[in-house]
Amino acid sequence: MSGRYELRFSGAGGQGLILAGVIMAEAASIYDGKQAVQSQSYGPEARGGASKSEVIISDGPIDYPKATVVDALLALTQEACDKYSHDLKEGGILLIDSDLVTKEPVGNFKVTKFNITNTAKNEIGREIVTNIVALGAMVALTGVISKESAEKAVLARVPEAFLELNKKAFNVGYEKALAAQK
Amino acid sequence: MAKKVAFMQGNEAGAHGALYAGCKFFAGYPITPSTEVAEVMSAELPKVGGKFIQMEDEIGAMAALIGASLTGTKALTSTSGPGFSLKQENIGYACITEVPCVIFNVMRGGPSTGMPTGPSQSDIMSAKWGTHGDHPAICLVPASVQEIFEETVRAFNLSEKYRTPVTIMPDEIVAHMRERIVFPEPGELEVINRTAPSVPPEKYKPYDTSFGDVPPLAAFGTNYRFHVTGLNKMEDGFPTTKAAIVQAEEERQVRKVEANADDIIKYEEYLMDDADIVVVAFGSTSRSARFAVNEARKQGIKAGLFRLITFWPFPEKQLLALSKKVKAFITPEMNLGMCTGVVKGCIEGNAPVHGIFRVDGEPINPGQILDKMKEVK
Amino acid sequence: MAFDYDKYIRPGKLPHIWCPGCGHGIVMKGLIRAIDSLGLDKNNTAIVSGIGCASRLPGYIDCCTLHTAHGRAAAFATGVKMAKPEMNVILCGGDGDGTAIGGNHFIHACRRNIDMTYIIMNNNIYGMTGGQFSPCTPTGAKASTTPYGNPDPAFDVAKLAIGAGATFVARGTAYHATQIDKLIAEAIQHKGFSVVEILDDCPTTYGRRNKFKSVIEMMNRLKDIAVPVKAAEKMTPEQLEGKVLTGVLYKQEKPEYTTEYAKVIERAKGAK
Ligand SMILES: Cc1ncc(C[n+]2csc(CCOP(=O)(O)OP(=O)(O)O)c2C)c(N)n1
Ligand code: SF4
Repeated sequence: MSGRYELRFSGAGGQGLILAGVIMAEAASIYDGKQAVQSQSYGPEARGGASKSEVIISDGPIDYPKATVVDALLALTQEACDKYSHDLKEGGILLIDSDLVTKEPVGNFKVTKFNITNTAKNEIGREIVTNIVALGAMVALTGVISKESAEKAVLARVPEAFLELNKKAFNVGYEKALAAQK
Repeated sequence: MAKKVAFMQGNEAGAHGALYAGCKFFAGYPITPSTEVAEVMSAELPKVGGKFIQMEDEIGAMAALIGASLTGTKALTSTSGPGFSLKQENIGYACITEVPCVIFNVMRGGPSTGMPTGPSQSDIMSAKWGTHGDHPAICLVPASVQEIFEETVRAFNLSEKYRTPVTIMPDEIVAHMRERIVFPEPGELEVINRTAPSVPPEKYKPYDTSFGDVPPLAAFGTNYRFHVTGLNKMEDGFPTTKAAIVQAEEERQVRKVEANADDIIKYEEYLMDDADIVVVAFGSTSRSARFAVNEARKQGIKAGLFRLITFWPFPEKQLLALSKKVKAFITPEMNLGMCTGVVKGCIEGNAPVHGIFRVDGEPINPGQILDKMKEVK
Repeated sequence: MAFDYDKYIRPGKLPHIWCPGCGHGIVMKGLIRAIDSLGLDKNNTAIVSGIGCASRLPGYIDCCTLHTAHGRAAAFATGVKMAKPEMNVILCGGDGDGTAIGGNHFIHACRRNIDMTYIIMNNNIYGMTGGQFSPCTPTGAKASTTPYGNPDPAFDVAKLAIGAGATFVARGTAYHATQIDKLIAEAIQHKGFSVVEILDDCPTTYGRRNKFKSVIEMMNRLKDIAVPVKAAEKMTPEQLEGKVLTGVLYKQEKPEYTTEYAKVIERAKGAK
């Protein structure tokens, strides 16, 4: 990889997307030896409504810390998808929750969809790990960081009592995304 | 030994920088987007025997800071926009009484409540002229998480060295973004402490200029008893209205910073050797500018970046010298022309200055700067 | 033998700025006697004030003295006390300084119950600026900004302090000069935030406008309205009409702020 790789995690406030972005960036910069910057939208948006967390990953120094043209976008809700897909690049990766995003943005994107929220709720058993399922999927689809680093970063950020839960969530998300990839 | 690294937010790095510098006291009042500084300090300070207090408002926080500093304790406060306005009263008090302290002000949109979570760079004039009267001003404007840490240490150093309040002002973007930080080892960065008196208590005068423009400062609760007042004062610390003394003291207070500008001013030059279009920028905007400069170079435009790390005192000399060799300046900033005006003020009309101003809560993106370069080249 | 005030007065700093007949000097002498009676170490005693005639007091006393900004004494002092809890911290200032612009800092210092003593010199007026009404000016009184009589109701400083959480509240008057040191000394010894209100006079800007013919008349008023708490117990509400209680009005033991913060430090160190 060379140059910038830009990811955006979007959904509703409270879904843990900021943390997902932080873990992604941390995996890149602490465990993968790359450079990374994470930023997010703050304010009323963080309390419900659409919310986003952006991560820039690069081999070299990162100047502008916000997204310019997005390489990969996660959208967990319709509102987020509508609001944050405008600068997804031609041929960019789009991961959506198939239950919650029914209207896909028009454009030439590599779309992958599966029931992310539901997977967390029913397969893993806890809706709060939706963000980690989604993170696993984004790691699989983008290949921008290694799976091992991502897993390490997840485990470093979650409370001890929930290590297994999150490990499972991450791996299920990873596998499901690969399976669903067109 | 491998150094400690972490992936952390700008505000958190500021708090850790303060701790590295030996800060043992924090007083503040919660305000977005600076609150993380207070949160980290409330957790970390008591671990090292330091004190954290949440005051009833920013006026009180600034007051408590000065009180604590007078006992010989390094003290920090953090705030943003409206809180910075409230602190101005006692920032002036710290200026005239010459009590070291550090104000960490995260720039958000204004005036008034403005845009609590939107980035801005519009407090740079308040950092110089926010409190009334003539006074020295030192203001630092870091552009990365690592730099917030390091510049917070430097803010304490300058404050202690020059006996004056120092403001460090990341914009909201830099304060809230997360990046990798490599923690300096203890001793790796210089840590300066205020000069203690060398004379016995009965000879001590808190503004004794025989020691130079920055007189030694004793601490309350030691053997040194002295008086501190916000009135114009004589060298023994007591009020005076004697014209000659007031004039000399006012001049000294400003001079101790202005005459040491070379020690305080810090900037970074990027691709400046042959540049004929120079972007003057700071904080997150300087990151957009660097991106734009790189793009411009690919397109054959001889662009360079002059990145301010110290905003006050302003590098007037350096920019004047530059203005004699370059074709144009571009000054992108998240306000309506504050830095642009300052640049114009020091280059004697030698080159045109093209501002790019944004106050809509969105960052200035590299494309905007690149477009301007193409326009003026 | 007469009390030797010179031990505490800074050489060369007198004469003070106060007008003849001003009560602030009486309070200063009371404070000095209190410091002396407790044997406080001057090096370890900070006196902090705001702005106003009353707030000039610290400059005359040979301790660590901090003359701050208008209304802010309590906040500055909180910083001193937090950073060095072993210091004796005494605050002083006028009624305007403490209850108008400084009201917020005042009530919060009370609420925290931080171990400091606040001497508030209540002359019912903004003296230094020439006699504008303060939150402690009686309703109907004349001030330079109430030429038709003051429409505002006044604060009861002691009740305000008690309501806000101060754990020692006393009141004295400039007339009853010999009690001032005892009240202040007891307040300093109390562990927690203590408030001593001294009813005071400003002949220059208040007396003149409100038909007091002399300082003596102002002092006599203080004598007439003051009723010691003990004596008040035996009086009827009618008899107490127009009087103010003096002495120790309130005293309670409650957790003190710097002591509580020391526990925070212990917990934080344990959590490492
Ligand atoms: C911020 C600010 N506002 C106003 C003033 C002007 N001022 C100086 S002293 C004072 C009133 C002092 O009255 P009080 O505290 O009752 O004390 P006294 O002079 O009566 O002893 C005022 C309003 C000031 N110094 N600072
Ligand atoms: S103006 Fe009033 S309060 Fe001030 S010194 Fe004179 S008498 Fe005292």
